[in-house]
Amino acid sequence: MKMKKDRGPSPDILKDPAGWVDYRLPFKWLVNDHLIDYPTPKNLSYMWNFGSLAGVALLLQIVTGLFLAMHYKGDVTLAFDSIQHIMRNVQGGWLIRNMHMVGASFFFIVVYIHMFRGLYYGSYKSPREILWGLGVIILLLMMATAFMGYVLPWGQMSYWGATVITNLLSVIPLVGDDIVIWLWGGYSVGDPTLTRFYALHFVLPFVIAAVTMLHLVALHTHGSNNPKGIDLKKETDFIPFHPYYTMKDIFGLGVYLMPFLFMVFYLPDALGHPDNYIPADPLVTPAHIVPEWYFLPFYAILRAIPSKELGVLAMFASILILFILPLLDRSKVRSASYRPIYQQMFWIFAVNALVLGWCGAQPAEGIYVIIARVCTFVYFAFFLSLPLVSRIEKPRPLPKGI
Amino acid sequence: MAQKTAKTSVKITPSKEQPQQPDRRDFLTTVFGMFAGVGAVAAVLPFVRSLSPSRDVAAQATTEVDLSDIAEGSSKTVMWRGKPIFILHRNAEQIAAAKRDDGAASLLDPQNDADRVKKEKWLVVSAICTHLGCVPGKGGQHGGWLCPCHGSQFDTSGRLRRGPAASNLEVPPYEFLNDTTIRIG
Repeated sequence: MKMKKDRGPSPDILKDPAGWVDYRLPFKWLVNDHLIDYPTPKNLSYMWNFGSLAGVALLLQIVTGLFLAMHYKGDVTLAFDSIQHIMRNVQGGWLIRNMHMVGASFFFIVVYIHMFRGLYYGSYKSPREILWGLGVIILLLMMATAFMGYVLPWGQMSYWGATVITNLLSVIPLVGDDIVIWLWGGYSVGDPTLTRFYALHFVLPFVIAAVTMLHLVALHTHGSNNPKGIDLKKETDFIPFHPYYTMKDIFGLGVYLMPFLFMVFYLPDALGHPDNYIPADPLVTPAHIVPEWYFLPFYAILRAIPSKELGVLAMFASILILFILPLLDRSKVRSASYRPIYQQMFWIFAVNALVLGWCGAQPAEGIYVIIARVCTFVYFAFFLSLPLVSRIEKPRPLPKGI
Repeated sequence: MAQKTAKTSVKITPSKEQPQQPDRRDFLTTVFGMFAGVGAVAAVLPFVRSLSPSRDVAAQATTEVDLSDIAEGSSKTVMWRGKPIFILHRNAEQIAAAKRDDGAASLLDPQNDADRVKKEKWLVVSAICTHLGCVPGKGGQHGGWLCPCHGSQFDTSGRLRRGPAASNLEVPPYEFLNDTTIRIG
């Protein structure tokens, strides 16, 4: 057994109050070693801003959500009207709700960019596989949270989105139908469903925050990757986090807030659906059901496959495959800049993901289905060809340093 | 020292002898801090405001009451801003009792009856005991109200006659719209 580090006698509480606290709770170590003197690669580009931006986006969702929860009613007879109450009666309620709605979309934009950055620069590779895996868990939690949040206004899209998505689970063999009934707390989406979704929508962001802490612990164990993707050894390769990256992150936040607030004030509903301003009606399904934009690529995969069971399987697989990405990609070279084949694959994958998203927004018929099928194939081909590609690819010479 | 000219004083690194001048960086830091501070306050305001009464609640700030159905000598309790208000239609005896006690030594919070009513037939007072917020019922030794919680007593003018409360029942703002209608608030 290793003994605890001897910290010597406690400083006097009156002479050195900060020292007295620090002796018991090492906040100086926490702040200094992780926010101030934390050694950070000096060559990080603006692509490395999106981690801290995601943190801010999460915080903003929690704060705005907390204040919305003080006015929202999680009851099918009251939910829709309570949203109107927030928009019309609560002072500043429209602003808080617009921030929450637009904030959800922007959170996904930031996280998707963050993930594509990791994908390009090989941030998921050893020794950061668990860091990446925790990120995928965060993405899954975000998706669950966002989905349940969209149900809360109890409009037409809320109701039918909830119906369609929960019905996905009915494909589970034997017990599928029973699981869906259990999930609903009834024989259709109804009051028990809304109430439990509200409870989960409230608590999951705190789970996300907790997993984010683990994400940061994993990050700070080996430090940030960098655009060259090489291990940095020299002390001169690093600069202290403060003031260099605190300032850069704050500047990035300022830039981020501009389009965000523009949407909040001028286009709050641009990313939503007008149908959700019609109260939920179990008797009438809207003509064209579309999930929120951030689910569209996965929705396109679901619809591309003609079999219900396989479609659901493919949709879940399209996200879960991210977990094993570090195992699929055997190349020791991290950054795509030095990987001629992977670099091209990456860009094809990125464009393919956008096309998939576009397909998801189109009706599931004719040419759109064919395009979605091709894109689904490309999506999975990207991952499944990686073991082979990483074996035959001849990387460009890596730089000695930065 | 004396030989140092203006030329040396523009050196960026301050020498030990010279007091450090606030430089560009200090200025930028201060400006940044001020902008961030103002921004933070501006961002917090809507959140604070969202907790104050919403517009539909604020719209209930006034209540109109029809007095015609209150018989002489009896009272009615109405709601104003979610709180009860006593409206007592005082008969001659009750008016006389209230006026008789003007200036009585037993008043704990001395006030004349005339200062508490707009028309002496009508007493409009808050039905919230000034002790700890209970609603008094009819009773007590002064023809008014008795609080069930801690025994405070009020007379026919709503004045405090026995503790532990420390002040008279509050008179809410109200006005007569006509002889039989008042608007509270």
